[in-house]
Amino acid sequence: METMFGIAVDGVAYGMILFIISVGLSVTLGLMRVVNLAHGAFAMVGGYVASYAAQSFGLPYAAALLVAVLLTVLATLPLEKLLYRRIYGHANELSQVLLTIGLTFVIVASVNYLFGPSLKRIPLPDLLLGTVSLGPKSIPTHRAFVIAAGAVTLLGLWWLLERTDFGIRLRAAVDDPAMAAALGIRTERLYMATFALGTGLAALGGVLGAELLPLEPYYAIRYIVLFLAVVAVGGAGSIFGSAAAALALGITDTAGKYLIPNFGEFFFYAALILILFRWPHGFFKGKMA
Amino acid sequence: MTTTLRKALLGAVFAASLGVGAADAATIKVGVIAPFSGPFAMFGQTFKEGIAIYQAEHGKTVGGDTVEFVFRDLDQANPAQSKALAQELIVKERVSFLAGFTFTPDAMAVAPLIDEANIPAVIFNAATSAITEKSPRYVRTSFTLWQNTVPLANHIAKLGVKKAITAVSDYGPGIDGETAFKATFEKAGGAVVDTIRMPLKSNDFAPFMQRIKDSGAEAVYAFLPAGPTTLAFAKAFTDNGLKEKGIQFFGPGDITQEPDLPALGDAVLGMTTSFHYSQAHESAANKSFLAKYKELFGSSDNATFTSVGAYDGVHLIYTMIAKTGGKIDGLKAVEAVKGMSWESPRGPVTIDPDSRHIRQTVYLRTVERVNGKLQNTEKASFADQPDFGYKVGK
Repeated sequence: METMFGIAVDGVAYGMILFIISVGLSVTLGLMRVVNLAHGAFAMVGGYVASYAAQSFGLPYAAALLVAVLLTVLATLPLEKLLYRRIYGHANELSQVLLTIGLTFVIVASVNYLFGPSLKRIPLPDLLLGTVSLGPKSIPTHRAFVIAAGAVTLLGLWWLLERTDFGIRLRAAVDDPAMAAALGIRTERLYMATFALGTGLAALGGVLGAELLPLEPYYAIRYIVLFLAVVAVGGAGSIFGSAAAALALGITDTAGKYLIPNFGEFFFYAALILILFRWPHGFFKGKMA
Repeated sequence: MTTTLRKALLGAVFAASLGVGAADAATIKVGVIAPFSGPFAMFGQTFKEGIAIYQAEHGKTVGGDTVEFVFRDLDQANPAQSKALAQELIVKERVSFLAGFTFTPDAMAVAPLIDEANIPAVIFNAATSAITEKSPRYVRTSFTLWQNTVPLANHIAKLGVKKAITAVSDYGPGIDGETAFKATFEKAGGAVVDTIRMPLKSNDFAPFMQRIKDSGAEAVYAFLPAGPTTLAFAKAFTDNGLKEKGIQFFGPGDITQEPDLPALGDAVLGMTTSFHYSQAHESAANKSFLAKYKELFGSSDNATFTSVGAYDGVHLIYTMIAKTGGKIDGLKAVEAVKGMSWESPRGPVTIDPDSRHIRQTVYLRTVERVNGKLQNTEKASFADQPDFGYKVGK
């Protein structure tokens, strides 16, 4: 019983971390229909900015997090204007893949050149060190914090997309850009804002997830399959879908590794195949949140 | 226009061939195959640094012959590509030595080539015991998992630990470590309650930690290759309360190698590992090695076992050239360094005449913070350890 509880707690914690680093991709891929393979690279840039800000300027964790999100958004906005704007829409899927994978390589090489191949860390504040106990099971405080941050992000995004004018316009612009523009919605600005939201979330995930997915130049390529798996299972564009997918994959993976460690990643990919077999478009395809 | 161009080209080719011809008599080339780009670039970088330090200390000539290093990038384990690069180096560059090799399959793949060309291959890293069995022309200056694990397992048994568990990355060296630990620990009277093999690509180690916790073991032997996963593993170990439960952590020193220490931080404080090189090794040879490191590269923070592996490898190559008078015959050159002993930055070492692997002192180290910097402080040493895995099970 205690073991089951342990697996459940660890699984949820891992799932929430997966959610927080993948949800930005769900926004760009699902809402903007851009296969943004550079998502991992943006997350990595966020992580490196936070690491640099905290280690070289001694900024506290919260400030480093904020600086990382803001700087990543500011740095990627010109990319939206110069590059991404040209590849929006379903007809451009191949160009999207080529452009974003190319961008990833450029970012990987630049980070490698600037910061070197060694691991970078983001020092945690004392508040997030140590463990908290949940009944018989103790989990790291940092993970508890990530779970809470994931829940807040989930609710915040749901509110933004479902309950605000911005969300209504965005959904209109995605469904029928021409009609939305004819009705006076400034789709270009809207897309830019959504792109900023996506990269901001990527940076947030990069910083918060750094304890589990350590920062090094190949981060961008190493974990992209993980992000894509979560979004594919959840259904692109569905925030609740991503959360459900991340939790399902996290719990399956944790249980598999605990019970039969020699099977390795088998359970993660088996779950992925079975879920996609049953729901080829993911858990919540077509529903906004 | 065309004729001018052709003349220029012809001239260039002629000059180049003359240049090569003139240099041929006095240049001995060493082909180094290692990752210089990609996720494992740290290996190539430290190899290059080790070579540069040796050349800065001992000059670039041996008995009038210039030694030149030719680098070839192999960004990940890829035996076919390793073989192709080796062939190119032997045929086109006419190298007299091959060196480098980070991964076991890459090193093994060149065995038929070095035999056919009759040149020595000096391995700076690849650590599976079986490699040197594949050709009499291999010499190795790194370590093997067996070499570092056997003294550690005996030490753990002596501490009075009865029940241990192993957790290793599921690939060649990891399985070598597991086998070595199990064989030695059980012979010393202990019991291995469970052997966990973790996928190389694991991100989350919490489930493995739970399993270790539930196994009732008093100590864990863990091996992961140096790199990003060690960070998550070490953190998981502290974060999941294994330390508080009194479970002791042991493993080969890859997990706390110097370039990773700043990132690992306090999570690895107090961890005990066994390894052949520590930056904190107290000796005149290591001091001058680190001083040169700092002089050439601004900081000696990255000095680690791979830099020393390359440094000692170059020492072997220089000795082979000196002893064979610049005419390289692979077997004779290897013969010339068999049984050779010297003082390396890591401590006293000898080339074992049988296994052609380096015999060395294996140290028991604990991670400590000294003057604000984390280091592997040597606590005990086991002198003259051979490769216990050579021809094991044959």
